Amino acid sequence: MIKIEKRNDVPMALYFFTPFIAIILTILGGGIIFYILGFNPIEALKFYFITPISNLYGFSELLLKATPLCLIAIGLSFCFKSNNWNIGAEGQLTFGAIVGGGVALLFYNQEGFYILPLVIVAGAIGGMIFALIPAILKTYFNTNEILVSLMLVYVSKLLLDYLVVGPWSNPEGFNFPETRQFSDSSRMPLLFEGLRIHAGIFLALAAVMLSWFILYKTYLGFQIKVSGLSLKTAKYAGFKGKTMILVVFMISGACAGLAGVGEITGPIGQLHRMISPDYGFTAIIVAFLGRLNPFGIIFASLVVALTYLGAETAQIFLQIPKYTGQVFQGMILFFLLASDYLLFFKVKILNLKKNELRH
Amino acid sequence: MSLDISFIGILIGSIMASSVPLILAASGELITERSGVLNLGVEGMMIIGAISGFALMVITDNLFIAIVGSMLSGVIISLIFGFLTQSLLTNHVATGLALTIFGIGLSAMLGKNFVGIPGKEFPILFSSLKESIPFFGPILFGHSIVLYFAFALPFLTNYFLKKTKLGLVVRAVGDSPVSASNQGINVILVRYCCILYGGAMCGLAGAYLSLIYTPQWIENMTAGRGWIALALVVFATWSPIKVLIGALIFGGITILQLHMQAIGFRIPVQFLSALPYLMTIIVLVVISRDSRKIKLNTPTSLGRIFYKEK
Repeated sequence: MIKIEKRNDVPMALYFFTPFIAIILTILGGGIIFYILGFNPIEALKFYFITPISNLYGFSELLLKATPLCLIAIGLSFCFKSNNWNIGAEGQLTFGAIVGGGVALLFYNQEGFYILPLVIVAGAIGGMIFALIPAILKTYFNTNEILVSLMLVYVSKLLLDYLVVGPWSNPEGFNFPETRQFSDSSRMPLLFEGLRIHAGIFLALAAVMLSWFILYKTYLGFQIKVSGLSLKTAKYAGFKGKTMILVVFMISGACAGLAGVGEITGPIGQLHRMISPDYGFTAIIVAFLGRLNPFGIIFASLVVALTYLGAETAQIFLQIPKYTGQVFQGMILFFLLASDYLLFFKVKILNLKKNELRH
Repeated sequence: MSLDISFIGILIGSIMASSVPLILAASGELITERSGVLNLGVEGMMIIGAISGFALMVITDNLFIAIVGSMLSGVIISLIFGFLTQSLLTNHVATGLALTIFGIGLSAMLGKNFVGIPGKEFPILFSSLKESIPFFGPILFGHSIVLYFAFALPFLTNYFLKKTKLGLVVRAVGDSPVSASNQGINVILVRYCCILYGGAMCGLAGAYLSLIYTPQWIENMTAGRGWIALALVVFATWSPIKVLIGALIFGGITILQLHMQAIGFRIPVQFLSALPYLMTIIVLVVISRDSRKIKLNTPTSLGRIFYKEK
């Protein structure tokens, strides 16, 4: 007989262990789906999870994709920890890239050490401003931040589309929907010759360290965590709820903006329509898989980045559509949420004995 | 282009057609939300409905099977959401997001072999009347049966919620699950049913796109309509009739934007395309600032996890 009991406290070891259960279940689930679709599951999974990182180039690509995911997820962890549902990071990334890219385009024919820092700061500010819209509407008009942040994703993408087709399109670009190439001074320095991994990874690592410090060593971090656990307690303690909402959205938007700038000044080098394969949405999964913990997020961003890479490899070798990456991403989150059940409930398997039956 | 009366009739007809997926998905989600469950997976369920409807049409060559199958596929995929949120008590927002991401991925995977296959003509009703009556013809006649169903649905939903006992049960479960449970109502079961119903309607909305509106399969063809449907439910303050009005406004903007492009209106296309999203935000602000207005119909326990100690 199975008995289910509610736990009084969540065991911490299990809290950080269940993400691994989720990953294993996702791999098994993926194998089953590949089998149903008529592929050899072992071979398909090998193309998905091993081939992409079996050489140095692949490993650099993994870090390249993990960088924006990690940055955005770090920012989102501030929002999610305080119960603010910012799901529009994709829009904040796009708007950050627009503002940063705009600055880079101002200097398209100039060189100078000061250009890249300007572009990066502009991108962060852009993301921050864009994230302030849902935050201000939430604090002053009681508007649902989920819907507003999400609607703004579409608005920002359309704005980008308008800019690269219209006023910012490359005058010598034969009407392709893209801007001029940025000058070398607006590009992130590459770390190794021949690999695409760039200095943006240090931004992500800095964000990890900084967020750890803020969340665990400052009063602000304490306020954020308390508000997430219980709004009533936070109010009773006299925390300024409105300011906190604005702050967590600004942090989150700045991180997403940085991720956007990292993409356009890193591997892309100009603005065009496709600057992000939905990193802003996928980072939500990264944040949860990393348990909203800065170091957990590093690990989670690598795992989720692998689903992007694996999807590309599987498309090349097995002609499976690239979108399968999203199947894996969705499954990871499903299994993670499902395994959370074990955190809150104890599942006991009891041997039925006569005296127990009498009770 | 002259704006004569028959052209306006055709225009209204096309606005109605473009609002159908929004009406279907939003009406389904409305019932789900009225039972206290927030399912952000509308986009994912719609796209699954779109591919299963189209695939079934190609395989069986039977439109009836395709339509019913798309609804069933919506039910199956929403069952994942139901099981997670109701039986495993997971967070509604995160689970719904996972459903959308998963659905978009799965649909592309399933749809791989269906890209580029031409669709089949969907039968329309009263096609002779459409041509013979000016103005009213293209508005009232010559549509698919799904459109007529969609336009009846908000009224049926309204009747269901306000006049039937079951509707009362759904509202009770959404507003006060604890009291409902004390009255002997199986809260979890009611919520499961509402989630599955929402899934069926989203599946149908998707199939409308791939079988009737633009009869073919294109990856990611729902293009954000699921999110607009979600916004519509809030826009309508959880009232079915207002869902219909809202869907027509959004459909109207979509169609107007196409026509303005055609007549060379001097506003960039992208700004017009952004209008529905900006409108949603503005409406959200207007209705949300008056907390009494938004609380009137808002299911009190929306998005909260209900757990009954056994």
